[in-house]
Amino acid sequence: MSKFLDRVKGGEFLVSDGATGTYLQEHGLPPGGCPEEFNWSHPNVVQGMAAEYFAAGSDLVLTNSFGGSRYRLKEYGLGDRVVELNRLAADHARTVAPVEGFVLGSIGPTGVLLEPNGPATEEEMFSAFCEQVKGLSEGGVDGFCIETMFDLVEMTLAIRAVRDRTSLPVVATMVFDKGPKGYFTMMGLRPGRVAEELAEVGADVIGSNCGLAIGHMVEIVTAMRAASTLPILTHVNAGIPEIKKTAIVYPDSPEFMAEEMVNIIEAGATIVGGCCGTSPEYIRAFARRFKS
Amino acid sequence: MAELADLKNKFLREELGEYVEEDAERQRMVDLYAETKLSMQNIAAAIIDGRHHDVDRLTREAIDDDVQALEVMDDGLIAGMALVGIKFRDNFIFVPEVLACARAMKAGMAHIEPILSASGIDPIGTVIMGTVKGDLHDIGKNLCIMMLRGSGFKVVDLGVDTSPDDFLEAVEEHGASLVGMSALLTTTMPNMGRTIEAFIDADLRDDVKVMVGGAPVTPEFADDMGADAYGADAVECVEIAKRLTEESASAH
Repeated sequence: MSKFLDRVKGGEFLVSDGATGTYLQEHGLPPGGCPEEFNWSHPNVVQGMAAEYFAAGSDLVLTNSFGGSRYRLKEYGLGDRVVELNRLAADHARTVAPVEGFVLGSIGPTGVLLEPNGPATEEEMFSAFCEQVKGLSEGGVDGFCIETMFDLVEMTLAIRAVRDRTSLPVVATMVFDKGPKGYFTMMGLRPGRVAEELAEVGADVIGSNCGLAIGHMVEIVTAMRAASTLPILTHVNAGIPEIKKTAIVYPDSPEFMAEEMVNIIEAGATIVGGCCGTSPEYIRAFARRFKS
Repeated sequence: MAELADLKNKFLREELGEYVEEDAERQRMVDLYAETKLSMQNIAAAIIDGRHHDVDRLTREAIDDDVQALEVMDDGLIAGMALVGIKFRDNFIFVPEVLACARAMKAGMAHIEPILSASGIDPIGTVIMGTVKGDLHDIGKNLCIMMLRGSGFKVVDLGVDTSPDDFLEAVEEHGASLVGMSALLTTTMPNMGRTIEAFIDADLRDDVKVMVGGAPVTPEFADDMGADAYGADAVECVEIAKRLTEESASAH
């Protein structure tokens, strides 16, 4: 078994990292720019980000490859550089990782819907994920974090790609929305059902990220815990963004989130970190609160 | 006042009984369907059930039987989508089911549109849709476009990464009275406000209604930037488009 999985399955509590996009934007990525292109053009920024998260207390960091599938990179004219940009993403985090630090290859949604709801075929999407997995593996990841998925079929294709091409562990987290009848993915699955299905298709660690503020995440973790015995990871936004004059502000402070995170851990999550709007400051607060 | 038992189509009776939870709303829906022919109820039922082959056939048969195109559209297709909207709002169905219904709607509209345009009847309205400058995400915007087209709107799709100038030019070129903007990123969301400012600068703001949507967008933000409406999803988008179109029609 991989060392990452060894520790997670042993029930050890781990702190993950915070937002990637938020960090890169504060370090020169223009609005709407391609984050993965920074792996090639701004290696120091990408390495610096991973180093800052490790220094802040992260036991694991995610690579800068969320939008690293050919579907998304194609939009920036980088569709032929998938393997290279993913390899660099993994390599940058690996280079600065301490001996005990883990690097998980981030894989986000392709942004394209599968047939009949959209133009993509399962074969084509599977091959796109395989390509991304190849680059991340070559760069030396310890495992994968397939995140922010809203379609279980797309998620399954990504998990299959990891299983098909590597023997590395896979964390699978989906995004939920709150409706009048509770929490659902965009395609209509409840957290409990998602937890069962993810276990079925071979995820090693399950969870949720993005979309909702921390109070709602507690409910989702609770539902997933009731449905599955797999370890749970949660990456939470710093609240729902608010508009302050011309700036976008995430309302939840590091201290507030660290305090609320107690409920998430009580609900059953053993790996916690931040999503949109969080920074190394949040990770420091989590590490202070939970690792002393 | 009609009763549920008055509906001749069994599927509609069951659907309304099961999925419309609020009494006043159920009564409104019963009244809506009770006034229509059985052949129209059958089309509505096929729409709700997402059976596009059936909608295609039933719509063609209705037209062949000399039912007016407008009646087929209103009493069959649009009446069917009304319940689809309620089921979606109340978490009984989700995006995949709504898309199946939209495909069924499209199959029906394929027979209706040529007749309407040949008889000089304009579409409900023309909507310019685009994801704002710097943003390449279009799943939500495309869902909205499918629903708008399914509901009888003419939609001009400007795609992703749409500059304020592109929006301005499209409005002028197509004489549109409605603009829909989408953004998924918090960093590109402010470009919605910039586009609205461009309309003000070009002295065109009073000629168009602006609706906005996208995951990070909130009603407060929509209000703050000076948009006319915010829609949480593709079904709301259609409701808002209809309301704004009526408003601008009565204003002119």
